[in-house]
Amino acid sequence: MKSSVITFPGSNCDRDMEVALKKFGFKNKMVWHADAELPKSDLVVLPGGFSYGDYLRCGSMASKSKIMNSVINFANSGGMVMGICNGFQILVETGLVPGVLLRNKYLEFICKNVFVKINNKQNKYFKNVNNEVLEFHIAHNEGNYFCTKDQLKEIEDNNQIAINYCDENGKVEDKFNPNGSIKNIAGIFNKEKNVLGMMPHPERMIDTSLSGEDGSLFFKNLINNLK
Amino acid sequence: MIVNEQIAVDHGLKKDEYAKICELLKRTPNITELGIFSAMWNEHCSYKSSRLHLKKLPTKGKKVIQGPGENAGVIDIDDNDAIVFKIESHNHPSFIEPYQGAATGVGGIMRDVFTMGARPIANLNSIHFGSPQHKKTKNLLRGVVHGIGGYGNCMGVPTIAGQTSFDSSYNGNILVNAMTLGLVKKDKIFYSKAAGLNKPVIYVGSKTGRDGIHGASMASASFDEKIEEKKPTVQVGDPFTEKLLLEACLELMAGDSIIAIQDMGAAGLTSSSIEMASKGNLGIEINLNKVPCRETKMTPYEIMLSESQERMLIVLENGKEDHAKKIFDKWNLDFAVIGKTTKSKKIELYFDEERVADIPVNTLVENSPMYNRKWKKAKLPKKNKIKKEDIKHLKIIDTLKKILTNPNVCSKEWIWQQYDHTVMGDTIQKPGGDAGVVRVHGTDKAVAASIDSSAVYCWAHPLTGGKQVVCESFRNLISVGAKPIAITNCLNFGSPENEENMGEFVECVEGIGEASDYLKFPVVSGNVSFYNQTKDQGIKPTPAIGGVGLIKDYKNMITMDFKKVDNLVLVIGKTEGHIDQSLFARIILDEKNGPPPEVNLFNEKNNGETLLKLIDNKLIQSAHDVSLGGIITAVAKMCIKGKKGINIKKPKYLINEIEYLFAEDQGRYILEINKKDYRKVADILNKNAVHFDELGTISENEVYINDKTKVTIDELSTSNKSWLTNYMSK
Repeated sequence: MKSSVITFPGSNCDRDMEVALKKFGFKNKMVWHADAELPKSDLVVLPGGFSYGDYLRCGSMASKSKIMNSVINFANSGGMVMGICNGFQILVETGLVPGVLLRNKYLEFICKNVFVKINNKQNKYFKNVNNEVLEFHIAHNEGNYFCTKDQLKEIEDNNQIAINYCDENGKVEDKFNPNGSIKNIAGIFNKEKNVLGMMPHPERMIDTSLSGEDGSLFFKNLINNLK
Repeated sequence: MIVNEQIAVDHGLKKDEYAKICELLKRTPNITELGIFSAMWNEHCSYKSSRLHLKKLPTKGKKVIQGPGENAGVIDIDDNDAIVFKIESHNHPSFIEPYQGAATGVGGIMRDVFTMGARPIANLNSIHFGSPQHKKTKNLLRGVVHGIGGYGNCMGVPTIAGQTSFDSSYNGNILVNAMTLGLVKKDKIFYSKAAGLNKPVIYVGSKTGRDGIHGASMASASFDEKIEEKKPTVQVGDPFTEKLLLEACLELMAGDSIIAIQDMGAAGLTSSSIEMASKGNLGIEINLNKVPCRETKMTPYEIMLSESQERMLIVLENGKEDHAKKIFDKWNLDFAVIGKTTKSKKIELYFDEERVADIPVNTLVENSPMYNRKWKKAKLPKKNKIKKEDIKHLKIIDTLKKILTNPNVCSKEWIWQQYDHTVMGDTIQKPGGDAGVVRVHGTDKAVAASIDSSAVYCWAHPLTGGKQVVCESFRNLISVGAKPIAITNCLNFGSPENEENMGEFVECVEGIGEASDYLKFPVVSGNVSFYNQTKDQGIKPTPAIGGVGLIKDYKNMITMDFKKVDNLVLVIGKTEGHIDQSLFARIILDEKNGPPPEVNLFNEKNNGETLLKLIDNKLIQSAHDVSLGGIITAVAKMCIKGKKGINIKKPKYLINEIEYLFAEDQGRYILEINKKDYRKVADILNKNAVHFDELGTISENEVYINDKTKVTIDELSTSNKSWLTNYMSK
């Protein structure tokens, strides 16, 4: 399986993502933001970081990068595109997934482990994941997902919510919401479910010595689903 | 403007220093030259009060590749890998403008590290604030934490450990010390020594603005009531540009174009150009019209003294300009050839085709002032006699809870959760343990780092305090299973012009030197920050020690959380019951006098090395050093982290219970071992003549003391975790 990780100026989880993808069998290429064409890919990843310093609005300048035309075309033709953290912020700026990401409710950067409940497994990202709840890691300042009532209705009608913040038993409640996201949303799909944006970093959970192993589970499953 | 003595004094120079400048130049300097002298001769850049004493520190060792004198120290961690590290203070600016002050402190220290060719892999910090009740404390703390996070998080470098304390002596002068570790191949280390004639001098990074002018001079003076007016001397950070600068520099460093490289930190273009010329015994000629400026009509004086951030000066090989420019263009950074190296041994500056400065380099560096300041030796305070009736009524659990809630002991999770501590995917021990640990990417090795200071001990007796801080750093590294290699120090003191403060400095340095020499734990880099003083009120002496150690196989790393019910808990190192200057004495007995605990370097080394042997033999399940709050506090933290309880049976033949549990004797660790390993562990400890007590066994979720007093771990955990969060949310 071939993957591509896009490096924007200010991306800082691009290497971590490449390490994770390679560890679970992807042949990965790093792609520079100013390139016009994507290499042939089965998966494109927009990594975490602070593209363009998060100046203006998180993700907004990166969403206008040259490479993003190709990424958008790729997504619109059904290609798998995953945005993690800043990558999620870039995705909402392109409109590939609905909504916006506001500053965290308590106005502070949060770096910690969280639990997320998988809301929809009818897609290549989460199909065949046995667990209902995954332990992931977040590290962000602007992860407070927000959308209009109409958008939310549409999102729910189309089953676009990917994961919600919850406790270890899968209970989705306000007190397990780290950043104020509407409906505890931690990740969301486009209508077709080939584009996934999420705040948690599965690439930081890929061995027992790190924050945990549920990232390994996620990537192993993902590559199998793509085969 | 014609320069005179008054203008020189306004620049922070002393009258005799100005006279010396005129004598060295054999003329009156012009204003640009005066600015350059004032920047190079201030305390911050010249170390004029400290140089004499710093020379006494041990700086060499088998693993030392580069000691003090470069941008950072470098140590060997085998297999052609090396760690570059240094600590730096940003105290004065952080008090004036906490967010930017702290942020640029972090940015500056990372630049020092990647200037040497190393990719930063971990950040640490030591931050000290006034009393929690002081009206400024909360905002300063919030601003500093946001600033450190804002910069480090954006750079994508994990912040893996730190230290925070509160003490009223910092009410008017907070401390912000930032430390960075970088990883480099031993044969790809870059230095700041220029070499060769007519080599192009290159300016890269951000444009130069009017920010931070006189920043280094500001940091070389005490504060007064007009300190708010100094805001313009604080630099403004742009971590995004620094991230680009990091990537661009490392890309250029992969080839062989660079002869020398130096970041523009304190005193900006002035100190960077002069240091490179001085080390290379060369001259440098700069055309200031070529310097990329952010603002219009900047004068030579402003250009030379600006402390705009995220800038580097490089001496390139001839003919490599286009290659280098291409890289910096790719990263959207300014790139300008601004001058060349010359044989004149002078710093020559041109502006609008006029020579605006012409100074022999040696007058700025070798001829800079050095003072043998007067200092006062501190006496060892008399021991207090604790009256039995003062402690008889105390309930152990209530006392323990008070200590766990104390601002200097409580959990600092509110702080470190705001720092990205997991980016780069190699953090295997997060903040909140004895030391932070990151793997050396792609290998089985890991590097441990810790940052420590004990202002109260240093204040009570500087010589003992200086030794103690080094020992604490040593212990923290050993507690995670790392072999200590070297340290960096950040020496935060009051005014060197005050004999008592100078005495504190001299004796702390002596203590640091003695301990680091004995423990073979040399000082490879550091920084001095004097004038942490408002009017005539100085801070408690606060040398901060950043220690670095190596774990050969990261799978053998030790953590402090209790692992398994029924395992045995031992204390190694002897408990004599030293209560003076302990947290217990200060907050429970309200006793602030007396000597700090004695430091016995032989025991310290022996206990530490023996523990490393036990760890090598895989006999240790968890370990934690005993520090503030004594044995019971250390044990409580291990319980909280591991969500386990303990059944403590105080060894019978010892001093009274309270003294045993709360004393702060040095050189001690708490260990968890498997019952079946007891014999082996005891044999090794006995063979090495290490004293140990059996403290108890791990239980489900309560702390029992002598089968009677008890408390649940949840209760202790709440005491420990709530103080800071509550304080910050009020």
